[in-house]
Order: sequence, then structure tokens, then C-alpha cells
Amino acid sequence: MIHTALGDLGHLFVITSFVLALISVFNFYKAETQKDLVKKANWLNNGKASYLVHGIAVLGIVITLFVIISGHYFEYFYAWNHSSKALPLEYVISSFWEGQEGSFLLWLFWNVVLGVILLFTNKKWTPSVMLIFSAVQVFLSSMILGVVIGDIKTGSSPFILLRDAMDAPVFNINPDYIPEDGTGLNPLLQNYWMVIHPPVLFLGYASTLIPFAYAIAGLWKKEVKTWIRPALPWALFSAAVLGIGILMGGYWAYETLNFGGYWNWDPVENASLVPWLVLIAAVHTMIAYKKNETALKASIILVISVFLLVLYATFLVRSGVLGETSVHSFTDLGLSGQLLIYFLTFTVIAFALAISRWKLIPSTEKEVEVYSREFWIFMGATVLCLMAFQIIIPTSIPVYNAIIEAFGGISNMAPPADQVNFYTKWQTWFAVFIAILSGTGQFFWWQKMEKGKLKQALLLPIVITLALTALIITVGGVYNVTYIILVLAGVYTITANFFILLSVVRGNYKLSGGAIAHIGVGMMLLGILFSSGYSKVVSLNNSGLVISNNPDLEENFNQENMLLFINDPQNMGEYTLTYKGRYHETYDGGYVKAVYLKDTKQENFKTLKRKLEKDGKTYESGDTINVYGVNHYYRIDYLSDDGEQFSLFPRAQINPSMGGLISSPDMKRKLSKDLYTHVSSVPDPTQSIEWSEPKEMEVTFGEKFFLNDYVTVLDKVERVDSVNGKPIGKNDLAVQATILVYGTGETYLLKPYYIIRDNMAGRIPDENREIGLKVGIESIQPEQNTFNLSVRTSQKDYVVMKAMEKPMINLLWIGTLVLMLGFIMAIFRRYSEFTKMKLKGME
Amino acid sequence: MKKSYIFGIVIIAAAITMIISTAGDASSYVSFSEAQEMSENGSDNMIHVVGTLKKDESGHIIGLKAAQNKLSFSFIMVDQNGLEQLVYYNEPMPADFTKSEQVVVIGAYKNGQFIADKILMKCPSKYQEDTVV
Repeated sequence: MIHTALGDLGHLFVITSFVLALISVFNFYKAETQKDLVKKANWLNNGKASYLVHGIAVLGIVITLFVIISGHYFEYFYAWNHSSKALPLEYVISSFWEGQEGSFLLWLFWNVVLGVILLFTNKKWTPSVMLIFSAVQVFLSSMILGVVIGDIKTGSSPFILLRDAMDAPVFNINPDYIPEDGTGLNPLLQNYWMVIHPPVLFLGYASTLIPFAYAIAGLWKKEVKTWIRPALPWALFSAAVLGIGILMGGYWAYETLNFGGYWNWDPVENASLVPWLVLIAAVHTMIAYKKNETALKASIILVISVFLLVLYATFLVRSGVLGETSVHSFTDLGLSGQLLIYFLTFTVIAFALAISRWKLIPSTEKEVEVYSREFWIFMGATVLCLMAFQIIIPTSIPVYNAIIEAFGGISNMAPPADQVNFYTKWQTWFAVFIAILSGTGQFFWWQKMEKGKLKQALLLPIVITLALTALIITVGGVYNVTYIILVLAGVYTITANFFILLSVVRGNYKLSGGAIAHIGVGMMLLGILFSSGYSKVVSLNNSGLVISNNPDLEENFNQENMLLFINDPQNMGEYTLTYKGRYHETYDGGYVKAVYLKDTKQENFKTLKRKLEKDGKTYESGDTINVYGVNHYYRIDYLSDDGEQFSLFPRAQINPSMGGLISSPDMKRKLSKDLYTHVSSVPDPTQSIEWSEPKEMEVTFGEKFFLNDYVTVLDKVERVDSVNGKPIGKNDLAVQATILVYGTGETYLLKPYYIIRDNMAGRIPDENREIGLKVGIESIQPEQNTFNLSVRTSQKDYVVMKAMEKPMINLLWIGTLVLMLGFIMAIFRRYSEFTKMKLKGME
Repeated sequence: MKKSYIFGIVIIAAAITMIISTAGDASSYVSFSEAQEMSENGSDNMIHVVGTLKKDESGHIIGLKAAQNKLSFSFIMVDQNGLEQLVYYNEPMPADFTKSEQVVVIGAYKNGQFIADKILMKCPSKYQEDTVV
């Protein structure tokens, strides 16, 4: 039976949230413009009430959708398309935001949370700020409205039924058809970082609205200065959350994808980085304004730009305009028009307001001096904006094509072929500037500087920087000039800010957030430099290109992958590598070899083929073991020249509905570097193997013979009462042979059956993919005590793998945490400033 | 002249340089014949070519050849003008390669052969299902 009530309820919540957001806009507008104080208070209460009801409706949508997904109501398209029965709970949560509708919902949800916090922490700013919040909610909830009027589709509802979402012949026969199972969550997203990265990132995106709303409210109310104080802690909050959200995405990519890094300059990644860079610039100019009333215009422009860039990023990622230039943009839901209206509406409003109030914004006439703190802050903000500009120009190439084609032109511009190199050659130098500015600027920030004093202050940090840099480039073997400069700049910013930290902590530790954050940035720079600049492929082999017969070509190509056959050790640099077979991960942790397991109808349940010891427990042959069936792990044993031994289990997921094999790395994490390994190609374990034509051979007990190059012995043949766990009939006879195959480091068992049932001979062969053997008992000659085996062979199991070294990557992660600590300290400091003013009745 | 004007000019100059650099480094979507022409004219810029794998009448992919050591492979690609080209790729074959309905190769002609540096695939069912059952 189709549960239509749930979807109807969800849809009702969607419409309620949309209508209530509209009503809130009206209420808050009235509250802001009403002169009469009593009426003003009434309208404000109306606004609060309507926004809260809107929030409850959004919560209702979230809960309804969650019930649909977690209850496996596959009559709904969203549940069917994004989840499946076998998904563990945490991934049911991530399937919630896999689709566009779910992620819009996440955004709506965060705006509700943030809006409610603002409702209860603000006084003076409430109506105007909440008006802007409500307006954004109108647009966001329209994206999931799913209402079609005439030919115009508004939004895409998450509550659409499967039969309405697609034309499948099955619905003509049975309109109430409900699929047994969903198509599942993209295996790449089945990772704990995908449970936490999207909500954090969207909280980051959502919170950029707060400083924007304050800035717009300030312009509208002609209070062009006072908005900065309440906006600043939120801008810091937003910068921290968006920053950590972006880095979580990078960390996920590093752990899950196999391009071997945390950042690929993909348009979707860039689209999130650009607003963050501008936001960091905005935070700096806002702090400069707080200090001595400069850079107000810059602050207003930057804060507005951040939010508009978030909207632009949303348009890029969700409208389908990126097409094939990005590996992970959303499916096009046909919302591009609506997204464009959303973006343009706020752009026009923001520009119009800024222009009409421009003359009211004071600016300092006095020339900025090199020896002033404003100069350094301003330079830093400028470099950050240039960084953002350099990224957004090429990222928007598909947009230029779309615009030119919209006007009837033809444009075939494509993004740079080597994106990583293209961006790196610019961004490296920006990073050097940023490091130098943030190191030096801090000295100007904390004390009045003159020529002589500056020399004195900088002398010791510079000496230490030079000494440390010399040490690092010698030990690390840094001989590239660009990298040497980058090391110098990174070490300088860490050292300089460390000095600042020491002197600030002595006064008031609460003020040390800035110094700590900048130390974090310096550490991240060094971490990025070493892990990317000195990342090297260790599985490199120089055997040349085999596919081409052209001798000119062969010299140019080094192959970065290695072919490992099962139990056949190969040398790779300082390591000897041995592929030890394919494994499954069990529910209670640990791995079990796949050839020991027999498939059942359920992907996640396997039965044991042989007795097994695991974690001190003994499992008998025939026992059921729960494993994550879709994940295959390929064990690779490493033995280093100095005797160090470890195993890595890179993963491949086989999921035909998601497009085949998806490989994720495994890493050996050391303090100074990560050794990163992934499989590039493996035989598909879900496909049947092509076996050779059967060959018959006559053997007897104890006789040694060769099967597929392995020494093999027929150990015993026993009478059995059951076959594969099923008892045989009274008059039937069954025997099972035990054949030992001696592989390198492991003895394999093959146990074929021979059954006589109703005077007919039945044969159940046994196979082992790892060694490429399938053996059956063809016939038995009791007189001679010999057995005729039918033997089929196939290629032995293998993996093609790639290994890379990522030096000093831990510096990047630690630096990120240090940066976040700095942000948190700054947020507390700035928020307490705001609450103090609020208590005085100023805000 | 005021220092802020100089500052402004420097910024604008930097921005213009970035735009020029983008225009210069941007690749382009071309056909195999255009790519070949470009390479004959001495350009070794990498370009994007969009196309499909060559298939016979019954829809089987033809011309796909993996190296003996499985570390690289070659395939025949048909560009949007219907021109066929043998493409070499120095990486193992991606698992879902044969299922892709569209392929974008990023690479260049070298000594008359097309060497792919990167392959992007568009698979019919990767993120969106087309039909039930």
C-alpha cells in the first residue's frame, strides 16, 4: 500500500513554511517601519510568532522526510533514490542531504536555528535583520515547493512519489507498485565525514547571512556604522564554521577519493573557498574598523560580497551550468531560473541600497601611512580578495560559455587542462604575501610603530626564522626556490605571531585569538607545501608504455601503478609488497578473507566455508557472519628494508547502480608522513569468472600434482550426511573430498562433493578465485582407489595499485585545529563586547 | 599622485593579468581534426575532446585494448563529428569505463598519437536513476 498521507503532510509543511516566511517578511517590515511604539511591538510579536511557526513547519518537513527515509518508504522518490534497507543509521542521515532538496532543507533548517537565536539575543536590530532572514527563507522554501502552475515549475519537492517522478512501464500495470529496496546511497558518501561535513558546511553558508543581514539593515536604517559590532562575532563564527566545513570536505576527499589529495581545484570546491577568502578579508576590515573607524566602506562591500558569492556558488553548483567540468555537482533539477532569480534579487537589493546610502558612509580622508596598522590590514584584505578573484575567474568559465550561447554565440572554452598547476602557480605567491603580511602586520596592530622600533621588534623573529628555515630546508631537502621562499614565509608568520602571542598572553590571554589563528595559518601553509609539493608516487615503475609500439613514446611515460599477483612479492622503493587477498569487514570490526565466505541471498550475510579463529573466538564452518557486503578490502602487506611490517586494506566498493567500482585508499599514518595506497583496478568480484575448459586428471591419496602451478594433494575423501548444510536423502550417498593446495604462505582447501541420488551422479565443484581454481570430482574408481578430478583454471587474483607518500600532512590538520582555536577565542571576545553594549541598551 | 591611486592601479593591473592568464591557460573543447591541426601547427596545448566509445551494431564496445600488465589501455573514441581516433591512456582502465555514455578526454597529439592525460566520464546511472526495476 502506498502511504500517501506522509507525503501530503510533508507537502503541507512545505507550503506552510513558505507562506509563513512570506507573512514574516510582511510582519517584520511593518515592525520596522511603524513609528507608533505599541503597534511596533505588536507587529514584532506577530513577526516572532510567524517566524516560529515557520520554524516549526521546517522542522516538520525535516522530520517527515526523515521518517520516509528511515522507514524505507520506497514509494517516495527521495527515499528510493537516496537510500536502501541495508544502510546503517548514520548513513540514513547522510542520505537525507545527498539530494538537492535535502540540502536545501538543511540550509532552511540552519537559518531557522540562527534566526531563532537572533530573535532572542537582539533588541534593536530584530525587525530589520529578521526581515532579511525571512526573505531568504521565502526563496529557500520555494526551492522545495514543487508547485507547477501552467508551464512554470517552482521548486522540486522531496515528497514526490516514485510513480510521479518517472515513467516506468511497471506503473502502467500496477500503479501501487513499491520497489523492494532503494538504490542506495552513493558509496563514496558512506563515510562518517559525510555525516558531519554537509551540516557543518551548510551552517557555514547559512551563517554568512547574519553579517549580510546586519549590513543591509544598517544601510536601510541609515545606521551605517553600528551594525558592525553585533555582526562581527557572527562573521567570525561564520568564518570558523565555513572554514572547518571546507576542510572536512578536504579531509573526506583525502580519505575517500583516490586522486591522492585533499584539494583538487574542482569548481565545486572553489565555489566554497571563494566566499570564505572574502569573508576572512571582511573579518579583518571589520576588526580594523572596530579599532579606529577606518575601512568602513570596505567592510560593507566585503560583507555583502560574501553572501552574494555564497548565492553565486549555490547557482554554480546546483543549476547544472558546470556540466562535465565538475566531478561532484548536483543533478540538474531544472531550478536554474529560480536560483538565478534568488541570486539576482539579493544582488540588486544590496547594490541599490549601498549606492543610495554611499554618501552617508564616512571615509577617512587622511592618506594611509605605511607605518600604520590599517595599511597592513588593508593589504592583507586586498591579497585575500585577489586570491578569491583569481579562483572565481577560471571557475566561471562554464558560465561565460552559457552566457555567450544564450546570446546566440558559440563558445568552446574549457577549464585549464591542468587545474592544479594553473591555480598553484598563482596561489603560492599569494600565500607568501599573506604569510609576510600576517607576520608583520601583527606587530603594527599591537603597538605604534616607527622605523627604529620596527627594526628592533622584528630583529629577533627574523633571526629565528632564518635559522629555522635553514634547518627545515636542509633536513627536508627543499631545493626549489619557490618552495624555499614559501617555507621562509610560513616559518616567519609562525615565529612572528609566536612573539606576539607571548607578549599578549602576559596582558590578557583573551586577546590572543588573532595570534593563535595566524600561527595556525602558518602551520597549514607548511603542511600544504610539504604534503603537496613533496608528494611522490612510490609505486612508480619505469618499465615504459606497453600499449604503444612507438619507441618515441615509451621514454616519456613512467607508470605510476603496480600489478601485484596474489602472494607474489614485488619491490617498491624501500618496501616489499605482497597482495594477500580480498577481505570483507565484519560488523564487529576486523576483516575476514572473502574466499572463506560463501554468499547467501542477503548481501550482508555470509556463511563460513571453514573453521576460523577471530579475536579469540572460534567460528565453525557453516556459521553465519555479518559483513558489509558491498565493500571489498584488498590486503597489501608491506615489509620495509628496516624490518617494519604492516598491512593496508584499501577498499573498493562494487555497486552497479552507482557505476561500477569505486576505490578508496588506506593509509599508514606516521608522524612525519602518510603512506597512501589505493587500488586502481581489480577483477570485479561480483562478476562470474571465465574458467578454462575442464581438464580431467586421475589422482590418488597423497599423490602430489600441480594445479595452476600450485603443488596440490588429495588429502581425503569422506562420506557426508549433508551437502552444503542440507541433509541428503535416505537412499542417497554423498562424499566430499578435501584437496590441499599449497600456495605461498597459505594452504587453500577445496572441498568438492560427489553425490549419488536415485542412481544418478551429481557433482558440486568447489572454487577458489584467489588461486584461480575450480575443481570437481568427475568419477570415482574404488578398485584402484583413484579419483578423476575435473579441473578448470583461471587467472590468479591480482590488484593494480598505486602508492603515494604525503609528507608532513599532519601539520595541515594540526594547523587547522590551531586556526579554529584562534577563531573560537576571538568569537568569545567579540561576543562579550556585543553583550556588554546590549546590556547598556546600545544594541 | 596619491598613494592610494598607485595602489589601485597595481590592483587593477594584477586583476587584468589574472584574466589574461586565465584566457591563456584555458583549454578548449575541440574535435579530433581541429586537435590534429593544432598539433601540426606546433601547439602542444592540452585540449578537451567530447565523444563516445566506438560500438558495433549490437552495442558492444570495440577497439578497447588493455595492456598485458593491466597498467594502461587504449580505446577508440568517436568525436561529435563522427571522427574516430585511437586514444592511449597511461592509467589502468576505470571500472565503469565501458558503461560510460559520454567520454571527455583531456590530452594532446604527440607524434601523431592521441595521448590522454585525464579522462572524464559521464555515466548514465551514476547519480540519477532513469528507471525502476
